[in-house]
Amino acid sequence: MSASWVHILFALLLAPLFPGIINRVKARFAGRQGSPLFQLYFDLIKLLKKGAVFSSSSTWLFRAGSIVGLATAFLALLWVPAWGCTSLLQIQGDFFIFAYLLGLGRFMTMLSALDTGSAFEGMGASREAFFAALSEPALLLGLAVLARFTHTLSLSGIYLASPTIPLPVTFFLFVTFAILFLTENARIPVDDPNTHLELTMIHEVMILDHSGPDLALIEYAGALRLWVTGLLVVNLIPFRTGHLFYDLLLCGLALAGWAVVVGIIESSMARLRLNHIPLLLGVAFVLSVLSLFWVVK
Amino acid sequence: MITQLLTAAILLLTLQMLGSARLGVLIRSVALQAGAMILLGIFSAHELPNWHEGLLLLTTFLLKCLVFPLLLRRALRETVIHREVEPLIGYTRSLFIGLVLLGAGLWIATRLPLPPKTINPFQLAIALATIGSGFILIVGRVKAITQTIGYLVLENGIGMLGFVLATGSPLIIEMGILLDIFVGIFVMGILMLDINREFDHMDTDKLSTLRDL
Repeated sequence: MSASWVHILFALLLAPLFPGIINRVKARFAGRQGSPLFQLYFDLIKLLKKGAVFSSSSTWLFRAGSIVGLATAFLALLWVPAWGCTSLLQIQGDFFIFAYLLGLGRFMTMLSALDTGSAFEGMGASREAFFAALSEPALLLGLAVLARFTHTLSLSGIYLASPTIPLPVTFFLFVTFAILFLTENARIPVDDPNTHLELTMIHEVMILDHSGPDLALIEYAGALRLWVTGLLVVNLIPFRTGHLFYDLLLCGLALAGWAVVVGIIESSMARLRLNHIPLLLGVAFVLSVLSLFWVVK
Repeated sequence: MITQLLTAAILLLTLQMLGSARLGVLIRSVALQAGAMILLGIFSAHELPNWHEGLLLLTTFLLKCLVFPLLLRRALRETVIHREVEPLIGYTRSLFIGLVLLGAGLWIATRLPLPPKTINPFQLAIALATIGSGFILIVGRVKAITQTIGYLVLENGIGMLGFVLATGSPLIIEMGILLDIFVGIFVMGILMLDINREFDHMDTDKLSTLRDL
C-alpha cells in the first residue's frame, strides 16, 4: 500500500517531465537544441501566476471543464498499477471506472469547448468525439482480453499476471495500447500537439479559449494522462525484478523510454490525413479482437 | 513458442495486406508470409525434414520468396503504378471482413471432424482466414497486380492448411499447386504488361466494358 503512495507522489511530481522528454527527442531529431526538460514546470508556474479571461458568453461549464479534466486524470491515477506496486484503490471491474474516468475528462473538455460558442472549437470537439468513439471499444476490449486471461477484473490483478500472458497476445495488445495512447493524448499520427493550423487541430483547438490557471490545469492534466495511459502500455512489458525499489525505478525508466519512443514516432511520421485515422483505430480494434480470439480459442 | 510467433506473424501479414494500399508493401508482405509459412512447416514438424522434403521446401522458398517478388516488382516498375487508388472494397472494410473471416474460420475449425492428431484449431482458423483474404484481395481490388497478389495469398493459405492438417506427403501435392501458381504468375505478369501497354492502365473492371464491334 505504501508503495502505491510512493508511486502516486512520483507521478504527481514527475508527470510534467514526460512531454519534456518527448519534445527534447523531437528537437534532437530536427537538429535543434530544444527546450529544457523542465519547460512544462516553468510554463505551469508562469500560467498559475496569470489571471484568467472568460468570455462573457460562456457559462460555468466552461470553467468546470479544466477542473474536471484534472480531477479525472488524478482519479484515474489512483486506479492504475505500476511495476512493483498495485493501484491505491481496487475493486472488481475497476477497469470500467478507469476507462470512463478518462472518458468523463474528455467529455467535459468537449463540453467546455462547445460552451464557448465558437464554431471552430465545436469542430474540434466533434472530431474528438468521433475518435474517442472509435478508440473506446478497442480499449475496453483489450482490457477485457487481459481480464479473461487472468480471471480477475481489476487493473492491478490484470497487470500483476501480465508476465504470464502469451507473447503474441502481449505484442498485439502492446500495439493496440500504443495506438490508443497516441489517440488519447492527441499525439502525432492522430493529432499534432504543436500545430496551430486551423483545419488540422483536434485537441489544441478545444483549449484555445482557456487561459492562465485554467490552461495550467489542462496542461498538467494532459501530463498526468500521458503518465497514466503510458503505464497501460509499459505495464504490458513482461519484466519484473520482484524487488520493490528496483521495480519502481525501472518503471520510471520504462516510462521515460516510452516517451523517447513516442518522440521517435512523432519525428519519423507525418500526421495522418483525417479520413485515414479511422483505419488506424480500426487496426487497434482488430488487434484487440485478435488477442481475444487467441485467448479464448 | 516459435510456432506461436510465426502463426501471429502470418496473421498480422494477412491483415496488413488487407489494409494496405501500397503495392510495394503488398509484394513484400506476401513474400514474408510465404517465408513465415515455410518456417512454420519446418518447426511444427516433429522430426527434421528428409532430403526430398527439404528440396521441396527449398524450391518453395526460392519461388515464393525470391522469384515471384522479383517478377511482380518488375511488373510494378514497368507499369509505373504504386498504389491501389479506388478499391471496390475499402481498406477498413476489408480489415473487418478479415476479422469476420477469422471468426468464421475459428467456428469451422472447432466444429470440423478432425483426424485424431493434435491440431491447433487456431492455426487452422488462420489458414482458412488467409485463404478467404486471398479471395477478398482478388474480388475487392481493381488493379490486376493486386489480384495476382491475392492469388499468392490464397496459395499461402493453402500451404499453411497443408502444414497444419498433415505432414510429409502433402508437400508433393503442394508442389503440383506451386507449379500451377508459377505458370499462373508468369502468364499474369505478361498479361499485366500487355493490358498496361494497350490501355495505359490496368484496372480490370474497365475490361468488362470491352465489346466486339
